[in-house]
Amino acid sequence: MPAVRGDGMRGLAVFISDIRNCKSKEAEIKRINKELANIRSKFKGDKTLDGYQKKKYVCKLLFIFLLGHDIDFGHMEAVNLLSSNKYSEKQIGYLFISVLVNTRSDLINLINQSIKNDLQSRNPIHVNLALQCIANIGSKEMAEVFGHDIPKLLVSGDTMDVVKQSAALCLLRLFRTSQEIIPGGEWTSRIIHLLNDQHMGVVTAATSLIDALVKKNPDEYKGCISLAVSRLSRIVTASYTDLQDYTYYFVPAPWLSVKLLRLLQNYPPPDDPGVRGRLIECLETILNKAQEPPKSKKVQHSNAKNAVLFEAISLIIHMDTEPNLLVRACNQLGQFLSNRETNLRYLALESMCLLATSEFSHDAVKKHQEVVILSMKMEKDVSVRQQAVDLLYAMCDKTNAEEIVQEMLNYLETADYSIREEMVLKVAILAEKYATDYTWYVDVILNLIRIAGDYVSEEVWYRVIQIVINRDDVQGYAAKTVFEALQAPACHENMVKVGGYILGEFGNLIAGDQRSSPSVQFQLLHSKYHLCSPMTRALLLSTYIKFVNLFPEIKTQIQEVFKQHSNLRSADAELQQRASEYLQLSIIASHDMLATVLEEMPVFPERESSILAVLKKKKPGRVPENEIREHKSPVPGSTANHQEERSAAKTVSANASTDLLGLSTPPAAPTAGNTGVLVDMLGELYTSGSPQPHANNVAAQNAYNPAKFVCKNNGVLFENDLIQIGVKSEFRQNLGRITLFYGNKTSTALQNFSAAVTNPTGCIGKLNVQSKKVDPTVEAGAQVQQMVNGECVFDYPGLSSILMANLPLTKLIKNEQHLNFIVLISV
Amino acid sequence: MMQFMLLFSRQGKLRLQKWYQAYPDKTKKKITRELIATILARKPKMCSFLEWKDLKVVYKRYASLYFCCAIEQDDNELLTLEVIHRYVELLDKYFGSVCELDIIFNFEKAYFMCDELLLGGEIQETSKKNVLKAIAAQDLLQEDEAVEGALREIGLL
Repeated sequence: MPAVRGDGMRGLAVFISDIRNCKSKEAEIKRINKELANIRSKFKGDKTLDGYQKKKYVCKLLFIFLLGHDIDFGHMEAVNLLSSNKYSEKQIGYLFISVLVNTRSDLINLINQSIKNDLQSRNPIHVNLALQCIANIGSKEMAEVFGHDIPKLLVSGDTMDVVKQSAALCLLRLFRTSQEIIPGGEWTSRIIHLLNDQHMGVVTAATSLIDALVKKNPDEYKGCISLAVSRLSRIVTASYTDLQDYTYYFVPAPWLSVKLLRLLQNYPPPDDPGVRGRLIECLETILNKAQEPPKSKKVQHSNAKNAVLFEAISLIIHMDTEPNLLVRACNQLGQFLSNRETNLRYLALESMCLLATSEFSHDAVKKHQEVVILSMKMEKDVSVRQQAVDLLYAMCDKTNAEEIVQEMLNYLETADYSIREEMVLKVAILAEKYATDYTWYVDVILNLIRIAGDYVSEEVWYRVIQIVINRDDVQGYAAKTVFEALQAPACHENMVKVGGYILGEFGNLIAGDQRSSPSVQFQLLHSKYHLCSPMTRALLLSTYIKFVNLFPEIKTQIQEVFKQHSNLRSADAELQQRASEYLQLSIIASHDMLATVLEEMPVFPERESSILAVLKKKKPGRVPENEIREHKSPVPGSTANHQEERSAAKTVSANASTDLLGLSTPPAAPTAGNTGVLVDMLGELYTSGSPQPHANNVAAQNAYNPAKFVCKNNGVLFENDLIQIGVKSEFRQNLGRITLFYGNKTSTALQNFSAAVTNPTGCIGKLNVQSKKVDPTVEAGAQVQQMVNGECVFDYPGLSSILMANLPLTKLIKNEQHLNFIVLISV
Repeated sequence: MMQFMLLFSRQGKLRLQKWYQAYPDKTKKKITRELIATILARKPKMCSFLEWKDLKVVYKRYASLYFCCAIEQDDNELLTLEVIHRYVELLDKYFGSVCELDIIFNFEKAYFMCDELLLGGEIQETSKKNVLKAIAAQDLLQEDEAVEGALREIGLL
């Protein structure tokens, strides 16, 4: 058709030609502005425009909008066109408002009114126009206004097929916006019955609608299963002359077949043996047809045929009950892996990822390992290579883990930058999951850092540290390997971080050897010091102070580093703080104190691998559930401090919301010497819940030791078989609040429980204390709280001043025991 | 469900945009820009499918125009390729050896054709004959109006 428009609107054609002939962007904008001004004046003008003119201008506005310019007028005129009785004008009006959806309420009413009129028109073309508009806009308001009429239109016997088709999809669109509009009850069977309609177009549209409804409410629409299977069976066994118009390049109704196969994937395999048998027959037929010689050389034929085949394989995988079919499917996909067409190779790799997770076909998939590895290396298209990597990840198990990880590492050296980060995460997860020998795991991670250091995210190297700390057997090996790795001339910063941390903890394990003596270790690390970012340098400073503890012989060398101006007066506050604090620590601390402060890091509690969480975020919906739980091998020797903190964690309830003083309580700080970067390792970032206390956490008979509250705000104050008293305190300037938690450890309720807090004589007038009354009955196993608020109005002497509290506990029901003790709390 | 369909030339000019998912205008522009750049950067022999954000993108080049559709994770890619092909066939039959100019000058017809083939992101009518019949019926109405108008002007009606 020539560029001259057959139906008039010459002005539009001229305008478009003008735009195309503009030599520059500025010329184009100028021409557009000229036209916009013209149209504006015409719309505002006194002369009322006739339908044809309006149509032409609205169409011009639409064109300008589609070029990318904003249009802020013309909606009224477009809406006027809707009520024209000329079809072409209506059509342009509807097109305009579908594309330039407007939220002005006065117009929306007019639009809805026009649509309503058209829906009731006798001319099916008008009805379709209205339905298309609703489907294109599909707003919530439209759902409310038209939600009742459309289902009626859909199932009524009078409606023409073309209208039914549009009505089904229109209803689908509205359903997606607002799910309440689908009526239930008797409508359900009528909607399902559309699957039996003799017009294939109606069936196609209805199947899409039913698919969405089923997803929302599978039980209600269960009746569709048998209908879907019989329909599918009729199509699949049809010869290509049967379906006439609905045959696409010799493939019978491919779209409908695919939709029916998709619909069946919403349900488990059918219970009824007859239906099930027929379904399996269908699937077998489809697989058989794939083996037959093609009826046409055209790519459309093979695409349509294979589309149905891939969807059938999806259904087979979903059902996961027919080993025979699964193996056949796997073999078919295996053939596609070496097909000439890139598209088929890509899809075969994608489908195989799903097959790899099923137990029936997992082994069959592994047979193709060589081909997949070859694909990863040789494919020209990066998206296909990425699919190959995904498949290797999915097919990995104990038997082939080492080989696959090795291949992936090899490939990583030359891999595309776009897929490196993901590959690193995957290798890290696989290495951890299938490591029988953790020295292998450490090797793999260090290799990862060496090969693709930039793409090794923090989670990966945090994880290797966690594992090394938790496993005694691998600590020496890790220290040695990391030491060797650091000797490379060009070392990635992540390697320095890992190396610094590990040597700081376990450098003593290799210090015996001359080549890795303490001095050598220190020199090695320090040689990288100035090349690193401030965060890494902070980590190295922590390592140095640990060295002071481990290797007293090099203390002076290290102190020199702390004293350096670049550290002591560093522009970075963290470095400055660390250098000065560590320097002081190394000067004044006795050997025992240093040993306590810089004790080896305790074991990390078990939690879900954070690497997996990162991977899931990167590839939403595409990561198979390969959950890793960290293998916990507890290292004995956690200090008494930790035990107390954990019992404090039990008694402290999350009361932050009633924080009158506006203070927030930080969790109990861990042992000193572990600040900055590595605090995060204690689990603030990670997904699954709070760390569980160790199973072997004995709620020891905590000796009554109020002095410890000089440095700690929270903890257990006193505990015996009957009662546990915990304290949580917060202080700001001259205000303080102490919350006392009384926990009843017995299996009987405590009656007449009372606790009183009194101000010591030395502090009256200087310290105002108020406390709230405690509930006199404490149920078995329950805990009550008492809040004590204190305000200091004048100085009162010394750190050792105490607040005396007197808690008489009267008779318990079973034991005639009086508990009478004095609680000393220091403020 | 199809999320959107874009037609653009080798120079990156957008010729048709059909959105089946509501996005604000700014987002639409951003998506368009990024996706066009990504696709134009691909080499000829590469796969027709790619993963983009959390969607799958299916594209094919016909002469000077790229047809590009974004679908959801569980949609069938090969079939979407064939939807694109069907659309091109329809345009071809209607315009007679369609070329890019036809789509530029008769853009509204391209939209009408698209609405007959796809509705709400799902394929509506898969029979080529039926779609063309529907479009022909619409055109007939327009011709009737044109004739009617002409007759009115002369004064015969």
